[in-house]
Amino acid sequence: MAKKVPGINAGSMADISFLLLIFFLVTTSMSVTSGLSRKLPPPLPPGAEQPDVEINKRNVFVVLINSNNQIMAQGQLVHIRDLKQKAKEFILNEFNSPDLPTVTTEEIPLLGKVNVTKDHVISLQNDRGTDYQAYLEVQNELVAAYNELREELAMKKFSTHYEALPEEKQEAIQKVFPQKISEAEPKNYGGNK
Amino acid sequence: MANIRKKGKKEIPEISTASLPDIIFMLLFFFMATTTMKEVTYMVDIKVPEATELQKLEKKSLVKYIYVGQPRRDLQRQFGSETRMQLDDSFGDVSQLEEYISQERSSMKESDQGQMTVSIKADQATKMGIITDIKQALRRAYALKISYAASERLKDY
Repeated sequence: MAKKVPGINAGSMADISFLLLIFFLVTTSMSVTSGLSRKLPPPLPPGAEQPDVEINKRNVFVVLINSNNQIMAQGQLVHIRDLKQKAKEFILNEFNSPDLPTVTTEEIPLLGKVNVTKDHVISLQNDRGTDYQAYLEVQNELVAAYNELREELAMKKFSTHYEALPEEKQEAIQKVFPQKISEAEPKNYGGNK
Repeated sequence: MANIRKKGKKEIPEISTASLPDIIFMLLFFFMATTTMKEVTYMVDIKVPEATELQKLEKKSLVKYIYVGQPRRDLQRQFGSETRMQLDDSFGDVSQLEEYISQERSSMKESDQGQMTVSIKADQATKMGIITDIKQALRRAYALKISYAASERLKDY
């Protein structure tokens, strides 16, 4: 006598697959790795000495971090809070001060004539004993200085946030404020390695 | 009119949920396919520093990771507590980095090789000495696009 096989109840299927779904949602790391992007300078050819690039002293903004994580900018001990402002003043050189980088007026598409300090360089030097967190905080402040300047210019010229601008306008603004942070060749200040 | 309608009120049929499992399975497969599992098991303790001006790394296949930190507590007996660098699933030395990068690069598609980004995931308390060494090694290996991994800072200092 053949028995009638009862159909399997698939009502709980949805619950099971929901459980699986939630499991995957929780365990997989959706977090996109984010960080501060930087570009390293190309390597020096072997045997070559560090070339002495003639950069006018007024065009260089030197930031030093020592092994106690103290920051020195332009020969002065500064707090991390004040670094951004100092960097912004340096990059902008609003009043064409002779201590700050040379200002040239340039014609930039979409923006017209703009004062640019195109030769400026921010030179970041650190000790081997500097904490990574301190180093990154300084990098962060310097990038923030650029980002704020760009944002201010975008608001002034286009009355839009920099992030929301189309690519060619962003590029024009980048031309006014190019990121020039140089992570100097490592120097060994005496101490043992 | 209203009367007639009331009389002719039909019973609303139940919505069939038979296709619900299929929909959920589709979602499930979508998530399984798109998310990547954790890249490696960490052998070092890493608490990445905090920053505010973060950029996201877009293409995961173009990113190679270097982990720097103290060996995990349970590995310290074996490896000591000196800050170490982890490449894939083993500890490496800075001198091996150059070779590692060129190996990784050659395993990538040719068109992507120039866009390789190296993400340095280092612990907050790492000293810059080892980071500088890594940076120099990366320069020699011509891996010039780097990213210092950091997490978003929520509170303002």
